[in-house]
Amino acid sequence: MDQLNLIIPELFLTTSIMILLMLGVFYKNSFNLIFKLSTIVLLATFILLFNHSVDTSATLFNNSYTIDYLSLFMKALTLVACIFVMLSSFDYIKLIGINKIEYPILILSATLGMMIMISSYDLIVFYMGLELQSLSLYVLVSFNRDSYRSTEAGLKYFVLSALSSGLLLYGCSLIYGFSNSTNFDLISQNIDQFNTGSIFGIVFILVGLAFKVSAVPFHMWAPDVYEGSPTSVTAFFAIVPKVAALTVFIRFLYVPFINLVDQWQMIIIFISLASMILGAVAAIGQTNLKRLMAYSAIGHMGYALAGLATGSNEGIQSAVIYLSIYLLMNLGIFSCIFMMKRKDIFYEDIQDLSGLSKNHPIISVCLLVLLFSLAGIPPLAGFFAKFYVFMAVIKVEMYTLAIIGLITTVISAFYYLRIIKIIYFDDPKEIFEIDKNLGLKVSLFLSTIIILIYFIYPSLLIDMVSNINVI
Amino acid sequence: MEYAIVFLPLIGAIVSGFFGKITGDRFSEIFTSFLVSISTILSFVVFYFVVVQGYANNITIYSWITSGDLKVNWSIKIDALSSTMLVVVGIVSSLVHIYSIGYMVHDDCKTRFMSYLSLFTFAMLTLVTSDNFFQLFFGWEGVGLCSYLLIGFWYKKPSANAAAIKAFIVNRVGDFGFALGIFLIFYYFGTVNYSEVFAQIPFIVGKQINFLGIETNVITLICLLLFIGCMGKSAQIFLHTWLPDAMEGPTPVSALIHAATMVTAGVFLVVRCSPIFEYSQFALNFVCIVGMTTAFITATIALVQNDIKRIIAYSTCSQLGYMFFAAGIGAYHVAMFHLFTHAFFKALLFLGSGSVIHSFKNEQDIRLMGGVWKKIPYTWILMLIGTLALTGFPFLSGYYSKDAIIEFAYLKNSTIGFYVVFIGILTAIFTSIYSWRLFFKTFHGKYSNEKIIIENIHESPMIMLAPLILLAVGAIGSGYLFKDLFIGYGSSGEFWRNSILFLNPIINDHPPIWIILITPLLIMISIPISYYLFLKDKKILTKFVQSHKQVYEFLLNKWYFDELYDFIFVKPIKRLGLIFWKHGDIKTIDQFGPDGFAKLVKFFSNKAVQFQNGYIYHYAFVMLVGFSILLTYLILI
Repeated sequence: MDQLNLIIPELFLTTSIMILLMLGVFYKNSFNLIFKLSTIVLLATFILLFNHSVDTSATLFNNSYTIDYLSLFMKALTLVACIFVMLSSFDYIKLIGINKIEYPILILSATLGMMIMISSYDLIVFYMGLELQSLSLYVLVSFNRDSYRSTEAGLKYFVLSALSSGLLLYGCSLIYGFSNSTNFDLISQNIDQFNTGSIFGIVFILVGLAFKVSAVPFHMWAPDVYEGSPTSVTAFFAIVPKVAALTVFIRFLYVPFINLVDQWQMIIIFISLASMILGAVAAIGQTNLKRLMAYSAIGHMGYALAGLATGSNEGIQSAVIYLSIYLLMNLGIFSCIFMMKRKDIFYEDIQDLSGLSKNHPIISVCLLVLLFSLAGIPPLAGFFAKFYVFMAVIKVEMYTLAIIGLITTVISAFYYLRIIKIIYFDDPKEIFEIDKNLGLKVSLFLSTIIILIYFIYPSLLIDMVSNINVI
Repeated sequence: MEYAIVFLPLIGAIVSGFFGKITGDRFSEIFTSFLVSISTILSFVVFYFVVVQGYANNITIYSWITSGDLKVNWSIKIDALSSTMLVVVGIVSSLVHIYSIGYMVHDDCKTRFMSYLSLFTFAMLTLVTSDNFFQLFFGWEGVGLCSYLLIGFWYKKPSANAAAIKAFIVNRVGDFGFALGIFLIFYYFGTVNYSEVFAQIPFIVGKQINFLGIETNVITLICLLLFIGCMGKSAQIFLHTWLPDAMEGPTPVSALIHAATMVTAGVFLVVRCSPIFEYSQFALNFVCIVGMTTAFITATIALVQNDIKRIIAYSTCSQLGYMFFAAGIGAYHVAMFHLFTHAFFKALLFLGSGSVIHSFKNEQDIRLMGGVWKKIPYTWILMLIGTLALTGFPFLSGYYSKDAIIEFAYLKNSTIGFYVVFIGILTAIFTSIYSWRLFFKTFHGKYSNEKIIIENIHESPMIMLAPLILLAVGAIGSGYLFKDLFIGYGSSGEFWRNSILFLNPIINDHPPIWIILITPLLIMISIPISYYLFLKDKKILTKFVQSHKQVYEFLLNKWYFDELYDFIFVKPIKRLGLIFWKHGDIKTIDQFGPDGFAKLVKFFSNKAVQFQNGYIYHYAFVMLVGFSILLTYLILI
């Protein structure tokens, strides 16, 4: 029972999902209720996370599940992000007609899957979490089943994800075969670099994980899925699963595969470079805002992976900071996308922003801050995120990575600035409807303000992250 | 009090410059004039104390730079030299401020103009009150900046912009030498404060330094470098070409900056640095020769010019040459005296010509004037006083200062001294001829302007004439009143005291009577000659010009200095710049750098977009290819 105490958040979430499902089935048209309850459940889970002390570090269930500072931080991040996505997308879901009770419940179960992924310390547990998350996401992507694009995106994601899951599973079985264990600790003891079979296994597993964070060349699904799925799901996709995927990355690289640093470093550097370059270059040609954000996400994941490639604690911390700030910026951007509507039709092309500053000065300023931050212009938070990563990279003398990273930052600045130019200097279009949704406004202003004033007190985030010591 | 002298003009400049739109034209005109006038009155008070009580002070405003050994203060140094300059700057500046109210009446940017004028006054005052080379340099550049802004004040005129840029760039050449001089001073003395530098000078006499591969004396090198700065600012030969062009600016600016104050900063610097210059005979001779050459060449150019302001501008160059060769023969106090009197009569001439130009509705060519002396009697009489004073007519101010230079040169009893006497007298004759030419052609003879009928020529308003009258009083009386104070027996001990160093005691002998009489006689004879040549019988002159066409052309084209510089410096540099721009920048750096990179990115961006073709098997294929590459790579290493 002592051990169960530590997984109360997960248990609470599981029970809530079941209860909400029952409620939804027996009450007709109870979307509003379920949606609000789900948000409350997420909030409650967030609070329950702090049921145990922050410094707790323990492994449960025969060392297959771990509770430590990293998992706590990442779970908290996941839940907060999830809450804000829920809050900001409420109106959108209702307007677009996907207000079914399954929607919030699927989000909850995806969140549960992610929490399990984050805490997993065993290949089997990890895979269970992954699949729970993935299955929920498949459905969510194609949730707008009357839309041709939504179902197409769902199918693509499902097929490609199945492929990557297959690779991942194959890798898991190889690792198990060569190390005689599925437990992370035991694996790290049993494999070394002279074992070609385990190198195979590592490649398979990393490819599967790279798919989840949409790193090049396993990114092909991202633009189509981002564009095709309902915007609320895209926002969820862009913000929440990245946390879990990156945590799993950290765990795999630094616990079971720690003896093979030289090998996986090459892989991570390669996919990091490829992601940064493609994210910067391909985004230039985009016209759809959601698709652009997909490429932007690819690029940003490249930077976060650059932090992981260092093999140092500092690199991990920089990657975590990068991720946190990136989530914040994305939340703001998607809040803006949610606001682009006239007469109940949502617009998502970059050209629709034309001359926004004339009609919506406040939203324009928010977008300006967010885009500048995404481009990494000081003194906004996005600059510091990149700064920490590059500092960590330079400290371990990976100059090529740093230089190419900086060059791609410059290239990617182009398309962010182009949007700003369109907002501020092009001819204004019709006015957008003013949104009355409080959650949306709160998400937008909160993210903008935090990004704007981050530089005043950066040590808040740095102190929190500096407790993460995986090595 | 000293604070008020220096900072009141700055306040005026700020208020007029930044809040001029709010407060209105009239307010900023009166406000700036008022503040500068107060500053001037206070300057007089300070000057009085200096004269009567021997007052001297060095007020530190605050420490400006403290970096290692380098300690520089903002300060106000009051002694005989700086208080004289305060008075000169103050009088001319305040009168020009008042004059401008009338002169700029048709201009749209009055507040900007007044602001620049006040800013200039502030910069000039910080220059003269500095107690170290750094603050001096600040003021030096400050007046340079204001000069640039005011020459290009009518920035819609391309010629004004070109003249402003020319002035700035030519001064840059001088300032480069000046800055090097300051660096050298700091390098050798570890300080830039006058008093500390001057105290150490006697101990490094004879020290050598390797400069550009040549062994030279340190003191000589410092002097020469500083003097290059002076040459730029005071428009001495080789760096003089900007001054005539600077006449593109409004006339009050010419009077204030390009006649009375800023251009004399070079003379001021040489006098201020007399403790350095005194130890290098070579440098003094160099100053002397440059001064003589300038005085002579520019006087010859002035003989044939037709633009009323340009003639006076060349005359200014020439008179500055006088001051320099006076300093060069060691008569610093006489140089200051000539600076003092020159400020009055040259400002008078400029403002007077401004009044003429105002009457003629911005006509500046003296060939298109004439015969209007009855229409504008006040201007006529004031210009007459200015001309007499400039030429050195007996008992007017120019007479005392200019003759004193020649007398001192004679008493020097050296080869260079005699050269100075010769050139001084020759230039005085030329000065007389071109001044009377200007005067007669402008006011007498036949009216020859076809654009404006003579009935429309009218006198300038009182607000312009009143400053002129005050200046005329100065031009008449300043020589007689101040000669004992500035250059009389014992003036070096009683008035100048420590501010000027005379290594050799001043000779107080009387020069022979012929040297005292020759100059006034010659210039008086030249008045009727000029009258005859320029008014009565123009044929002689026309014939002379035709028979000596080449000489005339040579002078008219200003000894071809501009063309020469254009050929040697401007054109090759432009061509070089063009090569760097077209081939170096556009075709190499841009093409392979930013532009090429941008094209590359665009190309790849298009490819990447096409790559994403939407087919699921294609996506899967890419994934597998990527996976295979990674795997192969890891197995191979």
